[in-house]
Amino acid sequence: MSSYAARRSVTARVNGQLFTQEIDVFSTLAELLRDELGLSGTKVSCELQVCGACSVLVDDHPVSACSFLAVDCDGARIRTIEGLAASGCLHPVQQAFIDQFALQCGFCTPGFVMMSVALLESTDSPSRDELMEYLDGNMCRCTGYRSIVEAVEAALRPNGEDEE
Amino acid sequence: MSTHRVVGRPLPRVDAHEKVTGGAQYCSDVRLPGMAHAHVVRSERAHAKIVAVDTAAARSAEGVLAVITQQDLGGLFPFYGHIITDHPVLAGDRVRFMGEPVALVVAESTRSAQRAAKLVSVQYEDLPVMISAEEALAEGAVSIHQHTYKEGGGVFWETVPDDGSGDNIAHQREMSWGDIDTAVAESHLTIETTAHYPMLYAYAMEPYCAVAKYANDTLEVISSTQHPYMVRGELARIFDMRLSAVTVRSPYVGGGYGSKSWTKVEPLASIASWYTGRPVKVALSVEEAMLTTRADAATVWVRSAFAEDGRILGREFDITLNTGAYADSSPSILDKAVHRCFGPYRIPNLSVSARLVYTNTVPASSYRGFGAPQTNAAGEYNVDRAASTLGIDPLEIRRRNMLERGEQVLPDRRPLDGDVKADIEILVKELGTPPEAEEGVRYGMGFGCSVSDAGAYPASIATVKILSDGSALVSTGAVEIGQGSATALSQIAAEELMLPFESIRISQSDTANTPLERTTNASRTTTLVGLAVQRASRDALDKLRSMAAEVWGCDSDEVSTVDGRVLCESHSRNLSYQETMDAWFGPGAGETIGVGIVRKTGATEAMPPFWEVGMAGVIVAVDEATGSVRVQKLVTVGDVGFAINPATTEGQDLGAATQGLGAALSEELVYEGGQLINPNVVDYRIPRMTDLPAHISTVLAERGDGVGPYGAKGGGEGALNPMGGAVASAVSRALDIWQDEVVLPLTPERVWNLLSKEET
Repeated sequence: MSSYAARRSVTARVNGQLFTQEIDVFSTLAELLRDELGLSGTKVSCELQVCGACSVLVDDHPVSACSFLAVDCDGARIRTIEGLAASGCLHPVQQAFIDQFALQCGFCTPGFVMMSVALLESTDSPSRDELMEYLDGNMCRCTGYRSIVEAVEAALRPNGEDEE
Repeated sequence: MSTHRVVGRPLPRVDAHEKVTGGAQYCSDVRLPGMAHAHVVRSERAHAKIVAVDTAAARSAEGVLAVITQQDLGGLFPFYGHIITDHPVLAGDRVRFMGEPVALVVAESTRSAQRAAKLVSVQYEDLPVMISAEEALAEGAVSIHQHTYKEGGGVFWETVPDDGSGDNIAHQREMSWGDIDTAVAESHLTIETTAHYPMLYAYAMEPYCAVAKYANDTLEVISSTQHPYMVRGELARIFDMRLSAVTVRSPYVGGGYGSKSWTKVEPLASIASWYTGRPVKVALSVEEAMLTTRADAATVWVRSAFAEDGRILGREFDITLNTGAYADSSPSILDKAVHRCFGPYRIPNLSVSARLVYTNTVPASSYRGFGAPQTNAAGEYNVDRAASTLGIDPLEIRRRNMLERGEQVLPDRRPLDGDVKADIEILVKELGTPPEAEEGVRYGMGFGCSVSDAGAYPASIATVKILSDGSALVSTGAVEIGQGSATALSQIAAEELMLPFESIRISQSDTANTPLERTTNASRTTTLVGLAVQRASRDALDKLRSMAAEVWGCDSDEVSTVDGRVLCESHSRNLSYQETMDAWFGPGAGETIGVGIVRKTGATEAMPPFWEVGMAGVIVAVDEATGSVRVQKLVTVGDVGFAINPATTEGQDLGAATQGLGAALSEELVYEGGQLINPNVVDYRIPRMTDLPAHISTVLAERGDGVGPYGAKGGGEGALNPMGGAVASAVSRALDIWQDEVVLPLTPERVWNLLSKEET
């Protein structure tokens, strides 16, 4: 183990499960999730909190796990892509991403799904423009975005009602 | 189409569930027991001799296992490069671009490796730096390479010491027919234009990654590569090992677009494991990935000679590709650029002259389109400009020149297998007319077309195993890089085997266990691997029929397979697949293996295996105050023969078109001195969600005219290829300014400057 920095114990609830883990104080949340807890569904790409690939929810707020310090999660409730379908039943956003072909390589997908869940939970009936503004910080290089917009809209309006 | 049960339908992707639940494993997720981590020490000079490398401080740093330089690679052949083997795994006596790997630090953790890398000190002696092709081609320019190549008949060209005539030209290509000078002399009008296509980064979200384990005289590598078989060949050469001793596996790949073709970081991970005896992971950051490869930049001069009615009498192209410090796949890209620059037109007189130039920049390699986008933009802008000068509608000028199905695009090649004349009518009708200008906003329409000799060299093998319970496993070496091949190939197997789609599973590429697929590139997988899967499925059913005939004691000609059952009508007997194998092998003991082979013979004898058509158009809105260009409407037409899965096929077209819009409007790698100044997603701007055009139409034109299964042929690159020209022409029409020299991307600054010139 590295001796470059102090270590600290962090206690948090990840996908409903309480854990305590000793980590370097400079560890990022992404490192904690991926390297310490083996939750590799959260992807790391730009490492600048710009591309959104590493989006997870901390106390229901979306954050970029690539640059969010793990020590700041002490006492927090963290949700990642692995926890969404923990009951064995896909979240409506996940199902909509499958149904609308809203993924290709899939590397950006966990971030998009988590961000979309945050949108669903925080906003009542967002318009298409609001949806796109909200998800503009998530990048996808494969799809050209149309199918992602359609998936999130389908998840927002499961019964097919119109935006108006 | 209705005769098909599984193909031709938008069935859900077979990889979708794993990908929405976080279960899909990518190379960056791989952790092996005892795995160490390596970090690359990169050159801080663009062109210099290496005088000394001091690794002492790094070697004694906490957690460090080894610091490797080229000096430590004794006994290996420490070079790669699939055409010209000019690319050192670690720099030797000199560096040729800023960011080139000079040393490799292997440590217990990524962080220890990163920290120790900063302690490696390299002493350089600077050499002249050449960033543009112009500088590298200048009289008296210093040679970047001390070797040249001997072009051979095989895949690899032998490198030989330079005879002293050294220039910085990596490869040249000339192609001509007819008499261009007479065509120009006798023409009504000649139009000369130049187009600059930017240095691009493919920007896969997952940066390059490899994990290697060298042990017991075998080498196992897990990589983000889309070419595991080619990487295996290069690793075997580096270590002088048999192919059977080297295994390369590709798990899910987080975006490829060609940029994960051939060899990238696999040699680094492999030498680290060879040196330390530990499994080693090399996972690059986005910035490091942008210092690893990019797409060739192009300057293309075009002169076209026209008759008064708009008929093309001749075309001349002069192409210069800036390929950076090493050749990689670019000699082949240059050859393709020559084939792909002039468009799907009847051209009685043609002359193309092209050169690939080494510079002190990040080495360029494959990217979606492979020479087509770089040169098609120049060719199509030139046609549009001619139409404007001649007062002919841009669709009409193309109608008068376009090739018919069955005509030759290139001599001695497969005749054109698509209907580009029909495609372009669909495209232009769907695009409609741009709105009238409003206060501060001008609108313009532009479209373009291309044909590419796609598919690469046909060598694809597939196996299909029908298991004892009647379900089936499909095995191919094709890599699922997001394009949807796993789904399309599963659909083909289900269709042929007459089994439920859900009962088919497909493996990921693994050179030790899957049969050879030469490469996953050139839009080939559905067509060529699809054919191999179709043949393997039919072979498996043949074997089942033989088994049933033996069991029943009848002739195998009397046995058929219908609706997932084996039957013999004359004896009114039938068995399920499971029952057939139970009867032949014994209960639960059987398995039926079918093999399908595609090679350069029969339907895939003529090259290219298919012509990939590109058809795309846009309506743009130009903001007069800022010069910013917004795409209002985007149309693509996919001339794909038959869409095995229409939803994923349209997804490929939109994805390709969107990357083309990035290149046309915002993406550009920028150098300041010898340094790449924007290797990150903030300063290198790829399209974002709010850039999504308000109206999008992705049309599929299915005419069953491909060589692939059910008449399929490749897509995936096509919609990118004409985008540069389409956007440039749309902006020219919006502003009513036709340029002699077009520079892409058309950033707000460039468009604003154009508008400002108009006012003065």
